[in-house]
Amino acid sequence: MWSYALRRILSTIPTILVVITVCYLMLHLTPGGPFDSERKVSAAVLANLQAKYHLDMPLWKQYLYYLNNLLHGDLGASFRYADWSVNDLVARALPVSLSIGGISMIISIVIGVALGIVAALKQNSLVDYFVMLLGNVGSAFPSFVIGPVLILVFAIWVKWFPAGGWDEFSPKYMILPIVLLTFINVSTIGRVMRGSLIEVMNTNFIRTARAKGLPLRTIVMRHAIRPALLPVVSVLGPLAISSITAAIVTETVFSLPGIGKLIVNGAGNRDYTLVLGLVVLVTVLAVVLNLLVDLAYAILDPKIRY
Amino acid sequence: MSTNQPLLQVNQLGVQFKTNDGLVYAVNGLNFELGRGETLGIVGESGSGKSQTVLAMMGLLAKNGTATGEVLYKGQNLLNMSTHEINKIRGDRVSMIFQDPMTSLNPYLTVERQMTEVLELHKNMTRKAAKMRAIELLEAVKIPEAARRISMYPHEFSGGMRQRVMIAMALLCEPEVLVADEPTTALDVTVQAQILALLRDLQRDFGTAIIMITHDLGVVAGICDKVMVMYGGRMMEYAKSDDLFYRPTHPYTIGLLGALPRLDSDAAELVSIPGNPPNMNNLPKGCPFSERCTHVMPHCASDLPPLVEIPGGEGRWRACHKAIADIQVNVAGEVQHA
Repeated sequence: MWSYALRRILSTIPTILVVITVCYLMLHLTPGGPFDSERKVSAAVLANLQAKYHLDMPLWKQYLYYLNNLLHGDLGASFRYADWSVNDLVARALPVSLSIGGISMIISIVIGVALGIVAALKQNSLVDYFVMLLGNVGSAFPSFVIGPVLILVFAIWVKWFPAGGWDEFSPKYMILPIVLLTFINVSTIGRVMRGSLIEVMNTNFIRTARAKGLPLRTIVMRHAIRPALLPVVSVLGPLAISSITAAIVTETVFSLPGIGKLIVNGAGNRDYTLVLGLVVLVTVLAVVLNLLVDLAYAILDPKIRY
Repeated sequence: MSTNQPLLQVNQLGVQFKTNDGLVYAVNGLNFELGRGETLGIVGESGSGKSQTVLAMMGLLAKNGTATGEVLYKGQNLLNMSTHEINKIRGDRVSMIFQDPMTSLNPYLTVERQMTEVLELHKNMTRKAAKMRAIELLEAVKIPEAARRISMYPHEFSGGMRQRVMIAMALLCEPEVLVADEPTTALDVTVQAQILALLRDLQRDFGTAIIMITHDLGVVAGICDKVMVMYGGRMMEYAKSDDLFYRPTHPYTIGLLGALPRLDSDAAELVSIPGNPPNMNNLPKGCPFSERCTHVMPHCASDLPPLVEIPGGEGRWRACHKAIADIQVNVAGEVQHA
């Protein structure tokens, strides 16, 4: 399995390189530059600025220059936030997004799997209807609808939490965004877990387990849970990635200083290095998460041997 | 509790399924007994209710199914027990081998875990003692290198080996009744013979009573003491195995025997019973076999023939309107027995 992990990690290098190249070209092909603004700067100032950020070099030289820095772990200097390197910006924003996304992911897995199990074992019960309703609501309503509703109820009507903002990981600013992400993730995980457990409970090998006289608890926890978790694990990868990218919406709704907000601002400002740096970051995260999902598969399913 | 009480006594067993087309009666009014060390064969075409009969006895019907009547194990009715109560009996005193060894073992657990859990549950054995016992059983069913293979997963075994594992698993607690639902159907012929020989040896060694479901009459002839022939969810004939083979009295049994391909005659044509098994949603009011029966009489389709014990037949039962004498005249022509 370790050699498989190593091979997988090595094989991601071309993927990341292609993503960087394509993004690099697309950014530079879009009209406008980082120093275009309503108020025209003088030609001399512009030339100085461009020289400072190597924008006067040919594109291929700029590209190689960027790659070289990247290899040394340097995402470059931000074009728009003077005195800030992209590394600094990411280092400040990433913990915000990771803590919100990570905490909600863990809570969602626990709640989603538990709800899915209860719903599957007690089909057509109240819990089952609740999971189904949650699944439908969570899939049908986008987070930019649910988010403002949460703010309306919990920040404006009952005034339990602030409507948005951030204060050094203070829980009262984190709860509403976590609730929003958790709600959306639980709806997916619960629905998938319910469906897959119902399917597993109807298989022949579960009938064998029942014929052995095992109590239901043992049947579910020993025999059914592993196969039932496989489909859940395969949605966790995309779900975790979307928890980071959907942060664009969540962080806008709750005005959080996270990765999502950086992406939006960076793209609007043509901040080449910032956007590219974030794209590299998200790509690496996606690749790592997919690797984790594949390794989790190997742990759950003995038939998979890499 | 009298001493000559049969181990297993089934009275008026019925199985119904709630479906979108209404209630389907999969099994109706079955009666039979099983004594210690006896082997009962249940034969019939696919869909005749054989498997549902034994699944009902084990409390393993699908969610939309219900069982009526009684299944008495040593006088206790298995059908109205709570799950908790029946769990003390199934897997321990009454165990089951399933039809499809490829899907009936859990692919996510090692053979060791799947075997030891039975002993840990019913015999309170430690994991270590349970493993020793499991290896013994695997050796008894002739799994080579059992001590090494026990830690493997089912997909690392061949089909025949998996069925042996199933059998070993069912015998772990030395059950009094072993229910085998087509244990050889999914296997190739040479393995079939080995498995049957194995079951016969195990029965001799452990004194287990066996209910053997099959549609292979060769299997019945090989190991069964008594045979129940089922069609359309009903019992058609019930007799000692030899009596059934040499003196079948029911048109359906005669049809089944006649459909056995023979190697010792030159006739190249395969004989079959004309028509198809009945649609269980829409059974005829009378005898379910009436639509395909060569001996059919006008009232067969409207009057259900009762299951009657044949006088002087040594516990032989049949459900047919036509007198035995009228049928047996033709038997010689229909079944060519040696």
